[in-house]
Amino acid sequence: MNFEYSDEQALLSDAVTRFVSDRYGLAGVRSAAETKDGVTAANWQGMADMGLLGMPFPEQAGGFGGGPVETQIVMEAFGRGHVLDPWVGGVLLPGALLSALDPARLTELVPDVATGDLVLALAHEEDGARYVTAQVVTNARRCGNGWRLSGRKVNVLAGAAANRLFVTARTAGAEADEDGISVFEVPVDAPGLSRTAYRQYDGQTVAALTLDDVSLPDGALVGDEGEAFSALELALDTATAAICAEAVGATETMLHATVDYLKTRQQFGGPLSRFQVLQHRCAEMYVAVEQARSMALYAAVSLGLEDRDERRRAISAAKVQCAESARFAGQNAVQMHGGIGVTDELLVGHLFRRTTMIERQFGDAGHHLARLDRLGGLDNQMGE
Amino acid sequence: MELSFSPDELAFRAEVRAFIRDNLPEDIRAFAHRSGYYKADQVRRWQKILDSRGWAAGHWPVEFGGPGWTAVQRYIFNEELLRAPAPEPLSFNINMVGPVIYTFGTEEQKSRFLPKIRSLDWWFCQGFSEPGAGSDLAALKTSAVTDGDSYVINGQKIWTSTAQHADWMFALVRTDPKAPKKQMGISFLLIDMNTPGIDVRPIVTIDGEHHTNEVFFDNVRVPAENLIGEENKGWDYAKFLLGSERTGIARVGLSKGRMDRALELARVAPVYGGARLIEDPGFRQRALKLQVELKALEISALRIIDRQRRNPSDKPDAASSILKLRGAETQQASAELLADAAGPSAAPFFDFREMFSDNEVPQGVARADGAMRVHFAARPATIYGGASEVQKNIIAKAILGFKDKP
Ligand SMILES: Cc1cc2nc3c(=O)[nH]c(=O)nc-3n(C[C@H](O)[C@H](O)[C@H](O)COP(=O)(O)OP(=O)(O)OC[C@H]3O[C@@H](n4cnc5c(N)ncnc54)[C@H](O)[C@@H]3O)c2cc1C
Repeated sequence: MNFEYSDEQALLSDAVTRFVSDRYGLAGVRSAAETKDGVTAANWQGMADMGLLGMPFPEQAGGFGGGPVETQIVMEAFGRGHVLDPWVGGVLLPGALLSALDPARLTELVPDVATGDLVLALAHEEDGARYVTAQVVTNARRCGNGWRLSGRKVNVLAGAAANRLFVTARTAGAEADEDGISVFEVPVDAPGLSRTAYRQYDGQTVAALTLDDVSLPDGALVGDEGEAFSALELALDTATAAICAEAVGATETMLHATVDYLKTRQQFGGPLSRFQVLQHRCAEMYVAVEQARSMALYAAVSLGLEDRDERRRAISAAKVQCAESARFAGQNAVQMHGGIGVTDELLVGHLFRRTTMIERQFGDAGHHLARLDRLGGLDNQMGE
Repeated sequence: MELSFSPDELAFRAEVRAFIRDNLPEDIRAFAHRSGYYKADQVRRWQKILDSRGWAAGHWPVEFGGPGWTAVQRYIFNEELLRAPAPEPLSFNINMVGPVIYTFGTEEQKSRFLPKIRSLDWWFCQGFSEPGAGSDLAALKTSAVTDGDSYVINGQKIWTSTAQHADWMFALVRTDPKAPKKQMGISFLLIDMNTPGIDVRPIVTIDGEHHTNEVFFDNVRVPAENLIGEENKGWDYAKFLLGSERTGIARVGLSKGRMDRALELARVAPVYGGARLIEDPGFRQRALKLQVELKALEISALRIIDRQRRNPSDKPDAASSILKLRGAETQQASAELLADAAGPSAAPFFDFREMFSDNEVPQGVARADGAMRVHFAARPATIYGGASEVQKNIIAKAILGFKDKP
């Protein structure tokens, strides 16, 4: 048992924390609002310079060999400063998918991803699919020496900025079958592909894609035909662990902001901080942050597990805790700020929108409780 | 003991329902279904329709244009509007400033203001809160100094909702800064929003909308005839205003309407294994618990109405804090259920200020633009109108007899 960061990890944590506090917070919200595609060029370049864009990739592929704990360090810092640039969507998530499906293809891409020249995106979610990972209606059929794809994808993270798209499509099976899902590399200028960029409530820019009989060469297929589901699930679990860490950082900032605010806000002839009911509420927030931190760590170290079910249980358990902590801490931070907490004026309001989205992103607490239940609960204690 | 509505009350409910069905303009219905709220012109149009039916001011005395309803009829009427959903008559006008004017105003003020307040020809906003005076409202500083036959106003209000649409503001201002208690130097003034020196600046809230504002006063001259009641008695009128017609504040119908919409979405939302969200045991339990809570709240509201009917009193009933507290919480819980049912379909930010937004995402089966907006817009419900913590203080002190200092 050892919870300590290595020297390198401690350095990474310091460096990312500094980077985030120099560039993000309310200033980051404003610069993100000015971008069309959701990537602030200067900050993305800053991430490249620090090695963050190549961080999660193996060294032999040209990356920096960071693992889940490094990701956890980065995401916690990103959460603290409300980083909207799509590191999860543009680097981590598609990277995790390719590394499971087609490592050779990943090796080709990593150098350009690491410099920031290439932004990747995974287009998977479909309209109305909710959190059902296997719900893929977009279809791909063989056509001569290649493929033809038709369908619609929504809420594609980094989808507006991406210059390399990886799209899931059904090559066999029925609507929600786990078998028969394949991944295709789709050039952004492919005839028949259209992209609409839009913002989500948390300020992130995402895209909807329409594929209207898009023609692709044989080599567009990534990995084995119809076999993408388990890689997809692993990639989504990786991203889930990452946003659990982001929730820790975001709730931590909200906690500190609330404590500071209560000490300065004067009502009824003194600071609000003198009311014990508010002190206790902050104490509960602190507990929520720490419980989330524990489970975010649990998620990170569980990503490497050989046993797929063990990994899935751990990720779902972590998401349940982090969603609940994000909900409690976020809602109470806003409540204790009073009116100013529901505005754009303070970072708290922006962070609250983000934590509210984190609660639901990649499956809400209800979805993950149900998955944990199907897998027999932690340690299969409730199983057969 | 009879907990259900009488045949007459049921007949009244049917009449209200039919009226809404036949008279609510289609664009208002469609916009509300999609967004969960209304635009200013929709509120104006609908209130005119209600007013021409004599229904705009449910609890006003008949002589000022009220319909002469019982408290239960008023309750039914509001609940039907909320659940439809259709806009409620503007609360600032009907529940707040109107009753203050017909109770404390002069005959001239009554005949000048009440008809236009009822018909919403004049839209009022509420200028109470200030940067330094939130929960501690009596700390307000905006000053009104007598100069000839006017007051000259200087200072700042904040959180003034709908000030951007308003023709008038009813405001609390400080007329006697030297009064021995801070509650004693406050007056209640009506201020024409077109008066020179008033500057309205928008505040954007977390739902991405512009509902509320800061309002700055720079030597704004207000005729002395716009004072309501006596100078330095404004705090009493404000307490009267905040205490009047509290039985509707639980807004049970609003929460029921949100639940209706959440269940509508849950019937189509897929979950693992080919089932729908409506079949998910966890989701069902949450919805059922909320139903129970809302039923309890509804009966509590009717019990308080009944008690007030039997023992009429000018003083607000401290038990109505139950309605504000749980009412706000159930509004939030139903909004959260709605956001959860919508799931990722509610993620795109939709700018409802325009019916056809720049940010419009072509979406199909599970169109749920308004769900996340409703969830965010519900958060301040436990902050405004007396924060939940303040409601609990009222219950602790006024009902349970706890004292600040033992
Ligand atoms: C969307 C919105 C619309 C509004 N519209 C209007 C309007 O039209 N006109 C108007 O005049 N005002 C309006 N308000 C203002 C509203 O009434 C105030 O926000 C409210 O009174 C709280 O004041 P505050 O925001 O300054 O919070 P504060 O008084 O600073 O309180 C902050 C938090 O501290 C806690 N707290 C406060 N007092 C106590 C206590 N005694 N014990 C324990 N905890 C406590 C509560 O959690 C509270 O939320 C609006 C507010 C909002 C958010």
